[in-house]
Amino acid sequence: MRATLSTAAVATAAVFVLASCGSEGEGSGSAASGDLAGEGSGDSCSIEAAVPIGAVLSLTGAAASYGESQQRGLDLAAAELAEKGGVTYDLRIEDDQTDPRQAITLFDQFVSDDVSLIIGPTLSNAAVQADPVAQDAGVPVLGISNTAAGITDIGDYVFRDSLTEQAVIPQTIAKATEEFGLQNVVVMYSNDDAFTESGYEAFAAALEDEGVGVAETITFSKSDTDFRALLTQAQASNPDALVVSALIEAAVPLVTQAREMGIDVPIIGGNGFNNPRLMADAGEAAEGVVVGAAWNSASENPENTAFLEAFEAEYGTQPDQFAAQAYAGLLLVDQAVRTNCAADHDSIKEALGGLENVPTVLGEFSIDENRDAVHPAVVQVVQDGAFAVLE
Amino acid sequence: MQQLLNGIFIGSIYALFAIGFTLVFGILDRLNLAHPAVFAASAFVGIELVERGGLSLWAALPIVFVFGAVLGLLIERLAFRPLKGRADAHFAGLISSIALAGMLIALLQWRYGPDTRRFPAGSFPDTRFEVAGAQVTLVQVVILAVSLALMVGLTYMVTRTRLGRGMRAVAENPTAARVLGVNVDRITAVTFAISSALGAVAGVLFAINVNTAQLGMGSAIELKGLAVIIVGGMGSLPGALIGGLVLGLAEVFAVQYIGSSWRDVIAFGLLFLILLVRPQGLLGARRVREV
Repeated sequence: MRATLSTAAVATAAVFVLASCGSEGEGSGSAASGDLAGEGSGDSCSIEAAVPIGAVLSLTGAAASYGESQQRGLDLAAAELAEKGGVTYDLRIEDDQTDPRQAITLFDQFVSDDVSLIIGPTLSNAAVQADPVAQDAGVPVLGISNTAAGITDIGDYVFRDSLTEQAVIPQTIAKATEEFGLQNVVVMYSNDDAFTESGYEAFAAALEDEGVGVAETITFSKSDTDFRALLTQAQASNPDALVVSALIEAAVPLVTQAREMGIDVPIIGGNGFNNPRLMADAGEAAEGVVVGAAWNSASENPENTAFLEAFEAEYGTQPDQFAAQAYAGLLLVDQAVRTNCAADHDSIKEALGGLENVPTVLGEFSIDENRDAVHPAVVQVVQDGAFAVLE
Repeated sequence: MQQLLNGIFIGSIYALFAIGFTLVFGILDRLNLAHPAVFAASAFVGIELVERGGLSLWAALPIVFVFGAVLGLLIERLAFRPLKGRADAHFAGLISSIALAGMLIALLQWRYGPDTRRFPAGSFPDTRFEVAGAQVTLVQVVILAVSLALMVGLTYMVTRTRLGRGMRAVAENPTAARVLGVNVDRITAVTFAISSALGAVAGVLFAINVNTAQLGMGSAIELKGLAVIIVGGMGSLPGALIGGLVLGLAEVFAVQYIGSSWRDVIAFGLLFLILLVRPQGLLGARRVREV
């Protein structure tokens, strides 16, 4: 009896607490959206207050190299938007230390700061854990590098501008089949890593769709470095190409040893191969490796050439795909804000969902009904030590 | 044929690693678990010598050999000698060598970072031969030659030279050896130095063979090295050679005839079988310790 009573008391108290939270939240929310509604639309839109945007990136820890690129991309976009005027952004970038728990904490903080939108987090496994926080609070999230399946299934406030491997791989296989007339390939993948395994599944499905025969499927461990025995085995079935889903650590020795053994057929790689270290470390052996990617660094669309130039001028290096996707992400957010000329959560969410054929550095960009990115992937081939478009 | 050669090349590196391992084990009855760390450290140092020092691969090998020998002296001095008077010296040395290995790896990480490192592109001659329809690179031939030369040299040294006699005397009975005027401490130190120098050369050759050096490369080969010395017969040098080749070939043929996913199951299963049939190992003599 006593237990029941105290439970009831706790429940009542909880209701009060929740109610007061709710009213407080609404209060500040409406106050914020009052400031965050502007006049005009599109390019003429002008909002008085700076629109607060939170970004959760991995600036330290294992994924630091990605996070750093993303930070540069975002900073560059923010500077350009500030110059453009009309709508200004208060971009707050925080470091999740490549730790999903830290990402959750930062999401909580941004939600209570009532930011208009959260960009990030860098890694998919952090997104799986942190995005629900924003979803529950009704704050839109834009992933700029999450490629794992199922991220946008978290809820209707979760968007991304990064193409999934499942979107890139079929385009890669289709293009390579057309280009090289593939009929018979050998598939190799490391079966002790979730990302390379899901890459393998996408490859297997795409090869079946294209009607390409798989002579043999060979597995290895992600820590393997001597692939000669496996490659000899692959060579025996005389394939038109090797299809490989591996991380860069394994990709480099695999490619080097394949060439050394006289396997001269194209090697088609998954996202793990999409790394300049492939050319730097494998040298000449990397020639003829085919990789699909979300961003075509050599694209000559005006957005991309301007981006390359601005990035080079600002940082003195070439941007990578992470920088490009981050840069495109903030500009897409700007586009969404200007559509309704309002930066409250629901207008942004609605406008992001309606983005269609927006010219970006990634090409013509749309958001599909699953809130995933739709834009052309690029199929690259290594030529003379650099990625070139396969045509 | 190609697979046979693949197996021999990788097996010869296993053998070189295991011979260094088994030398200390066979003579001194100590298990030096810092050996895998020497293996990794020397690979990184070898890469640095080629990359920064501009040395050719083959000029780097002797330097790495010396580097390994110095590391071996340090290991003996720091991890084994201070504990040798203890009743549980074998076990204590094993633990302290693990600790030293951990420190070595941490130092490597501090110096080189966690990323995989490779020899600069173009440091290998790309000469290739065709042997009975199989592709062999010059690099692989040299790896095999260096491994064999070191193993033959070591066997000669242990069986024919004064130093070798001293080693065997210490292996037989350290107290008796001391009574007979053998400088046991010096022999012990030299044994560690030679053992680590061999491990170091194995590390560089491995890194050359696959053009990859990772912090974890030592622990990846550690288990294989232990398996090789046990299968070959504890402390037996020719046993370690044969054991290494058997393991290399077993791995390769497991891939060819059964399937790549089964490689480790088959390779280690086979070793297990050998032990069931010959518990003393292929060339191990029961109760008699050899060097």
